[in-house]
Amino acid sequence: MQWETVIGLEIHTQLATRSKIFSGASTAYGADANTQACIIDLGFPGVLPVLNETAVDMALKFGIAVDAEIASRSVFARKNYFYPDLPKGYQISQFELPIVGKGSIGIDLEDGSQKVIGITRAHLEEDAGKSLHEDFHGMSGIDLNRTGTPLLEIVSEPDMRSIKEAVAYARKIHQLVVYLGICDGNMQEGSFRVDANISIRPLGQEAFGTRTELKNINSFRFMERALNYELERQIDLLEGGGEVVQETRLYDADRDETRSMRSKEEANDYRYFPDPDLLPVEISEERLQRARQAMPELPDQKRRRFEADYSLSPADALTMTQSRALADYFEQVVASGADAKMTANWVTVELAGALNKAGLDLSQSPVSPEQLGGLLQRIADNTISGKLAKQVFEAIWNGEGDADSVIEAKGLKQITDSGEIEKIIDEVIAANPKQVEQFRAGKDKLLGFFVGQVMKQTQGKANPGQVNKILVAKLKG
Amino acid sequence: MSLDKSDVEKIAHLARMALDESHIEAYVVDLGNILNLVEQLEAADTDAIEPMFHPLHMAQRLRGDEVSEADCREANQQVAPKVENGLYLVPKVIE
Repeated sequence: MQWETVIGLEIHTQLATRSKIFSGASTAYGADANTQACIIDLGFPGVLPVLNETAVDMALKFGIAVDAEIASRSVFARKNYFYPDLPKGYQISQFELPIVGKGSIGIDLEDGSQKVIGITRAHLEEDAGKSLHEDFHGMSGIDLNRTGTPLLEIVSEPDMRSIKEAVAYARKIHQLVVYLGICDGNMQEGSFRVDANISIRPLGQEAFGTRTELKNINSFRFMERALNYELERQIDLLEGGGEVVQETRLYDADRDETRSMRSKEEANDYRYFPDPDLLPVEISEERLQRARQAMPELPDQKRRRFEADYSLSPADALTMTQSRALADYFEQVVASGADAKMTANWVTVELAGALNKAGLDLSQSPVSPEQLGGLLQRIADNTISGKLAKQVFEAIWNGEGDADSVIEAKGLKQITDSGEIEKIIDEVIAANPKQVEQFRAGKDKLLGFFVGQVMKQTQGKANPGQVNKILVAKLKG
Repeated sequence: MSLDKSDVEKIAHLARMALDESHIEAYVVDLGNILNLVEQLEAADTDAIEPMFHPLHMAQRLRGDEVSEADCREANQQVAPKVENGLYLVPKVIE
């Protein structure tokens, strides 16, 4: 039977505020256990939560970016459950009236087209603490530093029809929240966490199949693997005459499998109700206007501008706008006078390759945009050949100076004086009479041999275009 | 709407409350009476009324995003039954 995959994602993004959503404790990652958990986070009797306005503004920015309905009035609710890393016995979340309502985002498919994925809602809530299950004399250790860190939970419609689409959507949301500066996007540290709802149905059937929810996905690579495993598991179940049970399953990256996390009798019953400690949140037109004005250029807008202003191909424009940092780097190289297409090539191939090899981030690049721009200009004005440029790039990378000083110091300036090139070519022709004869007899492939000889004589410095032209003229003549 | 014994047991379990077996019947009656009261309220026509999420007609005050809480771990952990290396220790939980 042919099956259709149906996937919806719930993405928890930790908002990049300095303090918690309802308290003035720090949200900095990696502090000593429980040094950033104050009495409000711990739910001591008598404390009251007060909402962080930056968390609200960040949620608004996201809502604007996905063209969503923004609730002028939203409400916080208590989600009740018992777990040691949730000291209050409830999580403050939003249920009936979330701050961000229906929106949508376009994802890029492999064939270059876009597909619109619906966003059901995005709501503000507080993160829970962490349970450490290493052995503490048969007990669990609890670190509540993360408790109360603001989260924006972004819920999609079940609009994705393949694992590729689901990964593309998750990447797109990741790119967006990082662009917006509302989340650092660090998946290893748990700043961006993906839960996936996946089900299958016979192709052509309207009704959805029974879904399972996958948790514990902390990288895009694992996301693809976890979904693949789960998809196969569901197909095997149904084709073997079994049934999919609606449940939460954990992905175990070490074993590359998913396994059941909660038993049926503990089916979720959160008994939501409006939190009496928090009044409804009203978003004034003025606040919304301020958030609109603070919006940065979004990835899709940037991409269209790069295509229009720099005449980049759609593929190059997509690559150059993958992150804000990359787009800024690209624009700085071009602003220093380099050709846009050439910049895109060099950034994608040489720079990205070198960074990758050295395990560095773009922000740590030893080659500044101005230095790369300077190098590309020397290629464009024929001072050096593209081949030697790689050598110059390496020297700049190693801190030997900018393009001009490296070219000067290493004597790499290209020979463009045709008289000089002609002289060398004459010598090469004179030294290889046998090859000349063969070439003239029709062995065209030997042209490469002659080019190689000339390059050898000039240590690669002769302008290749000129060499070719003069060689052909002389050999045929 | 009427409750039976298993409803009361389920509610008690969700709230992690241990009920004395002999009290359950009384809860069935008392909680049932509360639900009956709510049922009476539901009979009122509220179509044109905007739901109220809070008894006060006020909006939530917001605070600036500033770290204002110092580290009070030592004081906070005074009331914890067991701590180690700064962690609160609790009976083993594993899913």
